[in-house]
Amino acid sequence: MNVVSLTPTDLALAAGLVLALAALSLPMGLAIGKQLVIAGARTVVQLLLVGLVLNVLFDNVNLGWITLIAMAMLLVAGWEVMARQRYRLIGWWGFGVGSVSMFVSTFTITILVLLVVIDTEPWYAPRYAIPLLGMMLGNTMTGIALALDRLTQSTRQQRGLIENRLMLGHTWKQVIEDIRNDSIRSGMIPTINAMAVAGIVSLPGMMTGQILAGTPPLEAVKYQILIMFMLAGGTGFGTVAAVSVAVRRLFDERERLRLERIREIS
Amino acid sequence: MSRLRVVKLSNKFLRPISLSVPSGKCLCLSGPSGAGKTVLLRAIADLDLSHGKVFLGNLEHMSVDGPTWRRNVGLLPAESHWWLERVGAHFAEAQIIGLEQLGFGAKILDRRIAGLSTGERQRLALLRLLNQRPKALLLDEPTASLDPKNVRRVEKLIATYRSKHKIPVLWVSHDLRQIKRVGDQHLRMTSSDPDSMK
Repeated sequence: MNVVSLTPTDLALAAGLVLALAALSLPMGLAIGKQLVIAGARTVVQLLLVGLVLNVLFDNVNLGWITLIAMAMLLVAGWEVMARQRYRLIGWWGFGVGSVSMFVSTFTITILVLLVVIDTEPWYAPRYAIPLLGMMLGNTMTGIALALDRLTQSTRQQRGLIENRLMLGHTWKQVIEDIRNDSIRSGMIPTINAMAVAGIVSLPGMMTGQILAGTPPLEAVKYQILIMFMLAGGTGFGTVAAVSVAVRRLFDERERLRLERIREIS
Repeated sequence: MSRLRVVKLSNKFLRPISLSVPSGKCLCLSGPSGAGKTVLLRAIADLDLSHGKVFLGNLEHMSVDGPTWRRNVGLLPAESHWWLERVGAHFAEAQIIGLEQLGFGAKILDRRIAGLSTGERQRLALLRLLNQRPKALLLDEPTASLDPKNVRRVEKLIATYRSKHKIPVLWVSHDLRQIKRVGDQHLRMTSSDPDSMK
């Protein structure tokens, strides 16, 4: 493996692109210059911090530390799922539904892959565990956030229809079935699309990174396939779980629609 | 067959109310907007979290699950909703009662929901409900967007169903002449005092 190490000058050149874009946005009145610079600065700081943490972690292989980092990643992802929604389940449900579903699906699949497929020594070797879990969480987070957002919005919009069907004696399952399925589908579509165009329209980011870092393309491809399938599984199971729990929460034990359990966040 | 009895029913939008409609009789509800007429019908159908009890004959509403209770006390909302493409798909029954009485031919079943007028939807929503054979009727302004001819048709169909099956009917209406025509009793609800009997 011959990795071309990037120098600060190389990165400064790349940063110049962002600054140039920000400068261009000023006369055009795009009003995104400030956001661009702030987001760029965040990228640098956050990634450097992560790099430092990973460095320390890779040198001190310890299940306790890895668990701690994994939990922190989960909490941030759970928070992000909640923050991306216009209408949220009130109380702990707003945070809990997404977080617990993500925990169950991503941790199960990641641990399974680490133990059975990659089979490193020890199985929790952070060099594999942390990046895998990170990608799983990122993808599943997006899927769940999209699906829950669709669910709460559709339910609010179709309130009259839902209640009219309840009046006719339909069960909550019959009434919410279409909305539930649409929501799950909308959470999964980005992942399905990514699998469908992988390698044709764009090289997936992880594979690109590996190839740039010197891994032989076929090795990188094999890892990418593994990742894609993990992501599909994680996102799919996580989305199904989150939507199923949230849907149940929208109705009570008398099968009444309880819209007051979701609240608009302005 | 069975009397509809409401005992101290109340919720966030409804002050405690008790009333009773004998089987085969019609109680009309009137009153200004906000008096709680729709809220009362919804509470009887157990669509909102409420306190108090509702009986249909000997059946207490909490003794059966929500959908079963709602199939028994058929609530017709002021605005009907449809979830499938065509009219006929909303009817489970092969033989639909009441079509001709409301001035429809069998062809109406093939029509698209999107092409129906408000009045057609209102009449079809009533048929959809009656064909499920509810054991009580809760009607929220069932003739609000109908012309006089269709108003009479609907009144007649409901009267026929009511006397044939001996069911209690709660009928929300703003039209005093209609109330005289169809009601055996009349309850005027006011926002301050919803349980004053007139």
